[in-house]
Amino acid sequence: MVTYKLPHKEFFAALKEGKLLGLRCNDCGAYTCPPKINCNECASMNMEVVELKGKGEIKTFTVMRIAPEGFESWVPYIVALVQLEEGPNLVGNIIGVDPDKVTDDIIGKKIVVGWQPPPPDLRFCGPIGKDGKIQPGGIAMTFSLV
Amino acid sequence: MRKVAVMGVGMTKFGPTEKSQVELFAEAAMEAINTSNIKSKDVQALFLGNGLGDFEEGQLNLAGFCANELGLPPETTAMRFEGACASASIAIRNAFLLVASGAYDIVIAGGTERAFSMGTSLATRTFAMGTDSKYEEFSGLTFPGVFAMLAHLYADKYNVPLPKLKERMAMVAVKNHKNGAKNPLAQFQKEITVETVLKGFVVADPLQLFDCCPFSDGAAAVIVTTDEIAKKHVEKPVYILGAGQGSAGSLCRQKDYTIMPSRIVSAKQAYKMAGVEPKDIDVAEVHDCFTIAEIVLLENLGLFEFGTASEAVEKGETEIGGKIAINPSGGLKAKGHPVGATGAAQVYEIVKQLRGECGARQVENAKIGMTDTLGGDAGSIVNLIFGI
Repeated sequence: MVTYKLPHKEFFAALKEGKLLGLRCNDCGAYTCPPKINCNECASMNMEVVELKGKGEIKTFTVMRIAPEGFESWVPYIVALVQLEEGPNLVGNIIGVDPDKVTDDIIGKKIVVGWQPPPPDLRFCGPIGKDGKIQPGGIAMTFSLV
Repeated sequence: MRKVAVMGVGMTKFGPTEKSQVELFAEAAMEAINTSNIKSKDVQALFLGNGLGDFEEGQLNLAGFCANELGLPPETTAMRFEGACASASIAIRNAFLLVASGAYDIVIAGGTERAFSMGTSLATRTFAMGTDSKYEEFSGLTFPGVFAMLAHLYADKYNVPLPKLKERMAMVAVKNHKNGAKNPLAQFQKEITVETVLKGFVVADPLQLFDCCPFSDGAAAVIVTTDEIAKKHVEKPVYILGAGQGSAGSLCRQKDYTIMPSRIVSAKQAYKMAGVEPKDIDVAEVHDCFTIAEIVLLENLGLFEFGTASEAVEKGETEIGGKIAINPSGGLKAKGHPVGATGAAQVYEIVKQLRGECGARQVENAKIGMTDTLGGDAGSIVNLIFGI
């Protein structure tokens, strides 16, 4: 039997407590985050759950002006791709920066990882429960400038 | 492996329609069957590309309904292929592989979609389901967002000032609209200028409205068969010389996605199987879902060196009559992008180009053509190479 070491529910539960968890590969040393069943670099399952520093650098970003259904109340909002100090990339929202004033200069800036709840009443994020409503399947990762 | 050819091809006009997905596919498929000079009963398998049919019409299991609609016999294998925007190309590649292997002699492959009819908000939401729904979708990331971030990444990596890059991106849209204006099946048949693009509202910075392909309805289909059968039925068979397919995970797993590993391997597989090199390609129909997407893919396919494709666009090297004609049909940008049908419409154009049937948008002496189709944020990539 194979057991998933860090399912998304546990990953998000830890993130809500301020801990960014990932997996360190005992074979190649690479870190995998968000979690997977095996190492994102060498596919080894010889991995252990570790707490990452939650620090990284902005690689790229965009200011969303046209939102998908359910996210209208957020507009404008910033989505970014960051690289963690341990290596992996994450996608999330830059918070604490005015989306109307952000420029390319933000690329390369240092960030810390946090979280925020998704907007209410999402129709298509996450599994549908017995009551016919979407079960809150996750949260958005956030990046705050250091 | 047997030598494989495309016989007849069919396509609806792209754009808004009140026809159902089955009705749209039926039009494209019957055109493909009729122009192959075969009957419905001759078709042994139907491979259908479809992305979001369930959300668009509340209809699952479309392939069987399509097979019955066309009058295919009960023993027909009918299957839906889903790989987001690459769905039809995956269907055609599988038709190619199974005809080459001898499993089937005649397969109809294509796709159908009614994305326009969903409206922008629901379409944007459901398209975004193609991103990682656990770890990325809760950020409100959309496909325009993915490619907007790619534009910033590209500008930063290759030190192209963003205003310059945006101007060159606009030129991609201008070129594809110019080509689309000569395509009677295109959703948009109107030329635009760089100013048109730069005046549009911002969708996801730096992408403006005209940097983005539209939501579209439409269908396309092709008949895939053996060399022998094709020669008996049609005057100008077009051969599938090579096919490749690659896969990838969430955007965050792909590191620097100005270089998409799934696309690099897919193209390499196709070139190797076809025994050709990028310089041999005369015409290509590629996945310009966004203007920056066309620039980046041209480099990933090896058609231009990394970091040089935006300049090549500015010099007109990707126009009809340029170094290599890119998207003579108008591409996704002007011809339209009915997700599940897109790959088949690309093959439709390449087959017509290689047969010399494209009129005002004909690429002179086109002998070798290529398609490139991207699904999701590079989760599925298919490349096909054709010759005569």
